[in-house]
Amino acid sequence: MTTIDTHVTSAPASAGSGLACVAEWVTTTDHKRIGRLYLGSAAVGFVGSAVVALLLGIERISPSREWLDIGSLTQLFALQRFGLTFMVMLPLVVGLATAIVPLQVGARSLAFPRLAAAGFWAWLIGAVLAVVSVLNNGGPNGGNADFVDLFTLSAALAAAGFLAGAVSLVTTILTTRAPGMNMRRVPFFTWSVLVASLGLLVAMPVLIGQLLYVFVAHRHPSLSELSGNRAFAEFAGFGFTQPTTIIFAIPVFGFFAEVVATFTRGRSRNRGLIFAGIGLVGVAVFGTVLQWPATLRTSFLDLSFGEKLKDLLPFALVHGVPALGALVAVALCAKGLSAKPTITAPLVFGLFSALLALCGVAASALNHVAGAGLIGTTFEEGTWLALVFSAVLATMGAVTYWGPKWWGRSLPPKAVLPLALLAFAGAALAALPLMVAGFADQPGGVFPAVERGSDAVVNFDYSGPMALWNLLSSVGHGMVLLAGLVFIAVAVRSVRAGERAGDDPWDGHTLEWATTSPAPADNFAVVHIVQSAEPLLDLKPSNRSDT
Amino acid sequence: MLALPSAPAPAPRRQVFVGTAVACAAGTALIGSMLALYLRFRDEAISADGRWVPDGVKVNLVAANIMLLALIPICVFAQWAVYSAKRGDTVHTGLALGLVGLLGVAFINAQAFIYSQMKLPANDGTFSAMFYTVTGVMVALAIVGVVFSAVTAFRFLGGRITDREIVSAHAMYWYFLSVAFVALWFVVYVTK
Repeated sequence: MTTIDTHVTSAPASAGSGLACVAEWVTTTDHKRIGRLYLGSAAVGFVGSAVVALLLGIERISPSREWLDIGSLTQLFALQRFGLTFMVMLPLVVGLATAIVPLQVGARSLAFPRLAAAGFWAWLIGAVLAVVSVLNNGGPNGGNADFVDLFTLSAALAAAGFLAGAVSLVTTILTTRAPGMNMRRVPFFTWSVLVASLGLLVAMPVLIGQLLYVFVAHRHPSLSELSGNRAFAEFAGFGFTQPTTIIFAIPVFGFFAEVVATFTRGRSRNRGLIFAGIGLVGVAVFGTVLQWPATLRTSFLDLSFGEKLKDLLPFALVHGVPALGALVAVALCAKGLSAKPTITAPLVFGLFSALLALCGVAASALNHVAGAGLIGTTFEEGTWLALVFSAVLATMGAVTYWGPKWWGRSLPPKAVLPLALLAFAGAALAALPLMVAGFADQPGGVFPAVERGSDAVVNFDYSGPMALWNLLSSVGHGMVLLAGLVFIAVAVRSVRAGERAGDDPWDGHTLEWATTSPAPADNFAVVHIVQSAEPLLDLKPSNRSDT
Repeated sequence: MLALPSAPAPAPRRQVFVGTAVACAAGTALIGSMLALYLRFRDEAISADGRWVPDGVKVNLVAANIMLLALIPICVFAQWAVYSAKRGDTVHTGLALGLVGLLGVAFINAQAFIYSQMKLPANDGTFSAMFYTVTGVMVALAIVGVVFSAVTAFRFLGGRITDREIVSAHAMYWYFLSVAFVALWFVVYVTK
């Protein structure tokens, strides 16, 4: 038996001076606080990245209003891509998982809480340095070599932070579950976090390895493909596009399944199939690790049977299987909605986020059919935005759902529900028009080096019918930003003066609802024995119908 | 609050061992992906110029072979530590862990010797950049291994003799390093 102590001692309430309170938060190893640090930092990142996305959208509307120079545009594109992926999407997902998973599995703390805390700080420092680098023309395709070096190293540091978080989460789920909670009985969200964390465990080291190569080659420049300013985009760009971002969005499906199960107030008969569906989405990691485009060639239909198979099998593995998994998971959860669930804000957020994620996964598959002519267009950007915003919506829903366990107060449902509609409409409006513009051949790219007025390289073309789509996309970004800002305000108000929540405000099924609101530092006063996948439902005989 | 049946606190389920295994899996992805890109660039260079290692650069294979050979006793000593720890033999556990750490330092020293013998500037081209990066990452992993050995030894010698799991985790980490280095040795030093 190990004697390594990873148990969080009861932290005193932060009733001391302001400095003591800050010190408490900075040195915390309480998973709920680490998760909230991630979420708070990601909220700041969201506002900044959404403003950048809005600026870029406005810039793209009309060719006659070029108010940003080429260098700034290139860097803003880099900031948008890095920001929304590494400063919004991933920290939201990792933060949420860190804050909730130990409560769901009945553990008193995370495994390796200090590692998780170190991961958070590594990510935060890396993200801040990356932003500083981009602001100094040091992002991908940037002109300031020293800051390009700093950016590359910062991105690697941020990825290492997520890796540390993933190690902690996987170990927590594998080793600290409550007695009786076998892997078939873990909650949907925890299962999805396990799949996503395993994906991160494989994807992040690959990204770090490539970044280290690029850093060393760029720091000691020679006539090498690795040492150019475009090397970052070429060798590390895969970490900021599909199918990698599909892995980051997997917990969205878990959250949807979780809230459907709660609000339909019954046991899920399709539990195994939903688990399988979520697991299949994780197969997308093959595309990341092997950096296998797995594209169906333009001439696919004219190929011989053997050649077709050569294209089809990798495509099916990297894109088809995740899309099928996402469809199965969402369809089975949506089937549960026929049991007339209580319509609440978390459920609406969960539904909308799952629809966006499903759209993103399916569109990613379509993007890799060369015959559709979408490669190198803004279709990829639309797909990526759908996945990013699915994570944002799921987090808003999760904060509404699990907020009482963090600060003991509820978010006002009347204020939050309209925000779900606004955020979903904005997200759809931000992503779908770019997909349509992709069909109209509007050029795009993961980290585009923007050039204008040249026939040789045109990465930022205004001509064609895209102005309308760009306008709609900009409006969508504005709506998501507005919804996000109002939601942050509502959440802050709830923390300070929201209505006190009961221990089980949603009549939930899973272990987190068996402790007090807010949960104490040690999560549970006693160790619970779990006898089914819905342990709290066992105590509520009136709610035992199957869905 | 709902009253679920309660139980006494369960024994931790080999948390350090599982965590180390997870970290080793991540390390495998790291080294594997770096070697994959190294092979890609090497193939492209050989196809284009017919050579990969720049003229006049001599990679010291003897020192690399010694590094490889050093990993055999490291694995044996790491397993000896596990065996001794299970028997509660503090002296032999400490001795085995000390030898692992010592050989780990020798492993790192051999890599430094290779660097000094090559006299290859890092900006000499793709080979030099990739060589220093991938072998540098290996050295960093070895440094983590030496620190792991030291921490394990100090914990054990400090009286936590029931702490056998960390000794097993320590052995697993060195097994991982050995396998990773075998792959690196073959790709980088043997099939140049």
